[in-house]
Amino acid sequence: MRNHPSPPGSLSRRALLTGTAATAGLGLAGLSLAGCGSVTGGLDGRTRVKQWNLLAGGDGAVMTEMHDQFSAEHPDVELQATTFGWGTPFYTRLVMGASGGNASDIATIHLSRLKSVSPATLLDPIEIDELVDHGLDPSDFPAQVWDKCFVDDRLYAIPIDTHALVNYYNRTVCEQAGVLNPDGTLLETTGVEEYYDLLRAVQDVTGEYGTSLDTLGGWRQFWAWYRQADGEMTFGDDDFEMDDDKALQAIEIMYRMSEEGLCPRFADGGQCSANFETGAAGLVQVGNWEINRFKAFDEAQGFDFSMTEMPDFFGNRRTQGDCHSYVLPHHNSWDPDVRDATLTYAAWMLQHSFRWGEGGGHTPAYLPVTESAEYQALQPNAEYSGVVDNVQFDPDAWFSGSAARLFDETGSIFNQVYGLAMTPEEALALIKERIRSLLALPNPVD
Amino acid sequence: MTVKTETPAAASAATKRPPAPTARKKRSWVGLWFVLPFTAFYALFLVWPTFLGLYYSFTDKSLTGRPASWVGLENWSEAFGDERAWSALWNTAEFTLYSTPPLVVLAIVLALLVNRARKLGWFLRMAFFAPFVVPVSVVTMIWIWIYQPDGGLLNHYLQLLGIQDAAAPTIWLQGESTAMWSVVLTTVWWTMGFNFLLYLAALQTIDPNVYEASSIDGASWWRQLWHITLPLLKRTTALVIVLQLIASLRIFDQMYLMTGGGPNRATEVAIHYIYIAGFEGYRIGYASALSYVLFVLILIVSIVQFRLFSRKED
Repeated sequence: MRNHPSPPGSLSRRALLTGTAATAGLGLAGLSLAGCGSVTGGLDGRTRVKQWNLLAGGDGAVMTEMHDQFSAEHPDVELQATTFGWGTPFYTRLVMGASGGNASDIATIHLSRLKSVSPATLLDPIEIDELVDHGLDPSDFPAQVWDKCFVDDRLYAIPIDTHALVNYYNRTVCEQAGVLNPDGTLLETTGVEEYYDLLRAVQDVTGEYGTSLDTLGGWRQFWAWYRQADGEMTFGDDDFEMDDDKALQAIEIMYRMSEEGLCPRFADGGQCSANFETGAAGLVQVGNWEINRFKAFDEAQGFDFSMTEMPDFFGNRRTQGDCHSYVLPHHNSWDPDVRDATLTYAAWMLQHSFRWGEGGGHTPAYLPVTESAEYQALQPNAEYSGVVDNVQFDPDAWFSGSAARLFDETGSIFNQVYGLAMTPEEALALIKERIRSLLALPNPVD
Repeated sequence: MTVKTETPAAASAATKRPPAPTARKKRSWVGLWFVLPFTAFYALFLVWPTFLGLYYSFTDKSLTGRPASWVGLENWSEAFGDERAWSALWNTAEFTLYSTPPLVVLAIVLALLVNRARKLGWFLRMAFFAPFVVPVSVVTMIWIWIYQPDGGLLNHYLQLLGIQDAAAPTIWLQGESTAMWSVVLTTVWWTMGFNFLLYLAALQTIDPNVYEASSIDGASWWRQLWHITLPLLKRTTALVIVLQLIASLRIFDQMYLMTGGGPNRATEVAIHYIYIAGFEGYRIGYASALSYVLFVLILIVSIVQFRLFSRKED
């Protein structure tokens, strides 16, 4: 750019003013740019750790409470946590931030999404020695979860918990319906018909529905029931295998339940839980993370509820679930102090994850917590503690996992099944068509 | 202060100013400093990404940061053969066709009514414009509640009036035939205020003498509307329609927040599909090609529009 031509004669007032303003502006801009490069921590000398999470539900409140406690105990660390909308908005933000090297220092993801966020290019691996230095040991985690944290033999994730779809029941309603055991727990049923009978008894009491469920999150219910029947789903390069009969059988459960009015034809996440709170439904099949919401409702106006594992439809009580875990988004360079504070934070959160289990309903992955007598006695967590063994993770593919495309695309189909706008046969055909078109896409993380 | 004492001197110096051309040149350089910040941002965040996007559309650029390579016209040929992209474009067109007429016609009608209102004018102006200032997240949240099948306001009143069976509530936002119209209704309620305001401003610039003269000649209110008001509003109508078409073709927010593209992709619009391809599928190259298709389409519509209206004015 050409220079500002020097004004003829004496310096005019206007030129002087503009010149000064522009110089000051440039100076300020230069100063702030320099600031970005040199100051890694807060201006007050504390080490800043930025954390991104997707915990927008009741469990997010528990995490915030734990963060406050962490900050109080670590005055030298400035923890900056940001919650993004659950699902695609969060993952989009994470991937975009990491691809520019500007993501947070630590983030929560679903372990099922580990491969789909391209760990080789977008995440930084974690050394086992580092973890041990910060007081975490590989033997502190359940082996089946720990093994999933590795990609190409490098550790990319630290598991926080296991969470799953569970069955909540309103004790007051269920007692009137006569579906409780003498000790106040829900009757165990075997097979779909027996469970439908239970729902009919509950429906007679509520006058509306037997159970409530998230009709937009149908993948979770489908995968639980499909896996109860030992259904497998495997993906090859351009082909996939699934068991049509078992899939159809799972989809028919949805269709019949809705057709008979035992569950709502449409309920999004919020409505699904509201149905349970208002007594429109005596049960709700939703993730264990809603426990915080229902506890708050109980405190506000009294609500006698408990929770148990998924009903046994096909010989077992398998359920769909996932693991929250910490990952370190890719940094162009790590400040050793920040990295140290980041891992200190992660270790502290795991070591204090009793609260995460109690408040968020999740089963902590950190064994010293879950194996403690205090946790074992925790109610209602103890009543559904079996989910850890029964949890079924999503199939292995880059488009699979919590809030991934398979989850979204099949979810909108299942929603149509609950809405009775699609028969189970049509739904299955469409699901297979959608999977084929997902397989036809280039694998972005190959 | 120096400035104060010099003021009279400067005033007297004005008569001895250097020749006009130099002065004009000097002023234009000063102006540059004022537009520089905007120009820099404009170049950095609009011009540069626009060209970068065009370049990316010829590569297999991925959001995962893997090295990109030149793929020529592959993305473009895929885009033109992509059924899902075409159906998304069709949904966008459908939304535009449904939403533009009410947004223009209702805005005129309300502006005419408010323009006549004497006592309640200020209140009506505020009431019709108020929804426009509400952010999209709030608008959609309110309307999602209104449309809620169980206990939503709309179904509640339909059931009270006996139009709807309580056992089979309408699932507004996830019904194949109702989802698009539900979002159209929300959008009309939300954004009509802006067009309304443009029309109201235009109405108030019409010289009252024109009405007075025509009524002396015996023109009825209806004739005045057709032969005076509407023709004099033509320029505003052209502007409103162009702005409205562009806004409707860019539809994303309300769809994404209210229907998520459902049911069964019936409300999946062009930008939503670009979002899916780019951010969920990590295919920046392909998403760039898709956005260029939409960009060219909007450009054509706008040019045709401008031509159409400027010719009529001649």
